Amino acid sequence: MSTPTPTTERETLSSRPGGRHDLPLTHPTLPRFAPALVGVMAVAAALLVGLLLGWGLALMTLLAVLVYAVALPLWARIVEGTRAAKDRLVTTLVWSAFVLAMLPLVTLMFEVISKGAKMLTAQFFTYSMRNVIGEGGGIYHAIMGTLLITLFAALISVPVGIMAAVYLVEYGQGKRMARVITFLVDVMTGIPSIVAGLFAYALFVIFFGPGVRMGFGGSIALSVLMIPIVVRSAEEMLKLVPDELREASYALGVPKWRTVVKVVLPTSLAGIVTGVMLAVARVAGETAPLLIIAGDTDSVNFNVFSERMATLPVFIYYSFTQPGVPPEFGEDRAWGAALVLIVIVMSLNLVARAVSKLFSPKTGR
Amino acid sequence: MAKSIDVSDLDIYYGDFLAVEGVSMTIRARSVTALIGPSGCGKSTFLRSLNRMHEVIPGARVDGKIVIDGQNMYDADVDPVQVRRSVGMVFQRPNPFPTMSIYENVLAGNRLNSKRMPKSEADSIVEKSLKGANLWEEVKNRLNKPGSSLSGGQQQRLCIARAIAVEPQVLLMDEPCSALDPISTSAIEDLIHDLKSDYTIVIVTHNMQQAARVSEDTGFFNLAGAGKPGRLVEMNPTSKIFSNPDEPSTEAYISGRFG
Repeated sequence: MSTPTPTTERETLSSRPGGRHDLPLTHPTLPRFAPALVGVMAVAAALLVGLLLGWGLALMTLLAVLVYAVALPLWARIVEGTRAAKDRLVTTLVWSAFVLAMLPLVTLMFEVISKGAKMLTAQFFTYSMRNVIGEGGGIYHAIMGTLLITLFAALISVPVGIMAAVYLVEYGQGKRMARVITFLVDVMTGIPSIVAGLFAYALFVIFFGPGVRMGFGGSIALSVLMIPIVVRSAEEMLKLVPDELREASYALGVPKWRTVVKVVLPTSLAGIVTGVMLAVARVAGETAPLLIIAGDTDSVNFNVFSERMATLPVFIYYSFTQPGVPPEFGEDRAWGAALVLIVIVMSLNLVARAVSKLFSPKTGR
Repeated sequence: MAKSIDVSDLDIYYGDFLAVEGVSMTIRARSVTALIGPSGCGKSTFLRSLNRMHEVIPGARVDGKIVIDGQNMYDADVDPVQVRRSVGMVFQRPNPFPTMSIYENVLAGNRLNSKRMPKSEADSIVEKSLKGANLWEEVKNRLNKPGSSLSGGQQQRLCIARAIAVEPQVLLMDEPCSALDPISTSAIEDLIHDLKSDYTIVIVTHNMQQAARVSEDTGFFNLAGAGKPGRLVEMNPTSKIFSNPDEPSTEAYISGRFG
């Protein structure tokens, strides 16, 4: 092709009667303060109407958002044109949705911190509830119970989950067995946690007789919930490893199993560890199965293989439903334990992020 | 240590689909054999069958014989892993292991097979392989940096260093320069020239000038027709292929009237 001559071409096009106009690069725009101005006016209007009709705060907020979502696009439509108006409308909707999504999280954090923060004393972390009536006591036994039961659940689910994922991705491609496993994992994802608890209880009754309570049973129940999450996330991560790396390894005369162990798993390690951490965080807060099989106790129990074991979620449940007399001490402890549980889950998430940074393949120059 | 390869009546299938039909050729030791032909004619498939790499794809299989060093590599009691240890491969896209440093990448063939060796021996293998791949001067001061920190051309030479570190008899190259710029390409072509004194090299290329520059023998693959399997049309010394080919279709392809 010869060199194009855009300028002359455009001139001939635009100079022709009824032809294209010059490219309009500027158009009228709303002032920068327009959203703020409309916002203030919308709030004022909503306040006015709301106060006159005696509405509550929620209704007034809703009205203000509606007024804003109508007024700003309308104004933009008149001054700026249709496309800008659509942009303003969708921007408003996206921001409202974002605020709506944040609202439960922020209020939950606010509620838990405001009610639980005052409980965070040294005594709260180092005392159990043994022989405590009324004020005092702590959640040491429940923290230990949660950590131990979750640890054992992870010890069971992580190897099973990762090996299942390795089978699905590396060995089972297209086989009937793999399809069956994928289907079962999907079904397992949907198992209600209380059913997992009943399953663990029924399993342990076979060996230990009715009325059995054991921390390890809780670990079994939690691992039933955890395995599908680990399988799913590890499977996705293994699929992300490019086939070129596997082929590079095979071409060096490395057997398949060594390729999986030394090339595929290390390459996807960061993602797998993150997935495992998130799965742990997900089951650490489970209540129902632990209520059934791990039970509750006021004392410290380090042995997951015998007797009842307190955990944070179950502790919260009992502190709230049976707070004792007078009830406020029990309820305070419930809020304190809730805050601790949230902090534990949150720090697991942070650890997961740090770990994925640490293990991810380095590209530094 | 270089070995010649005799291929006779090789059919390659993917499931029921016959991809390449009736290939017979002799690949001479210590020389470069180039495979050319239009896309989809089975050059890469044939190349991958030379070290049983195509078996990685589910359902792939071959009929026929590939004899190296007096042994048919498709005999039932031959271990594909052993075949791949003596027939190395370099791929179209450079694929260093992202979790390993430059040093570890070169040693990957040894380390992944858990071969124990003293540090001094490992060092000397790394230096020898990187020198063999013309990369030593560029990376000797940053052997512990990740392999992915190199440029594309350097990564490809790293992959060649990794392949020759296990001292194979044959080196297969599947369009090793197609993702590289002309300068890296010329570096790799020089390298191929140096390597052929020690190795038997088979290279697939879409670049006819490259085939003419680096190879002693050239095989031209083509499809027998749309939907039909690929086959070897002509196999001759490169000088003959490019000046006076036996088959009219070879001449049409080389002169650009086809494909």
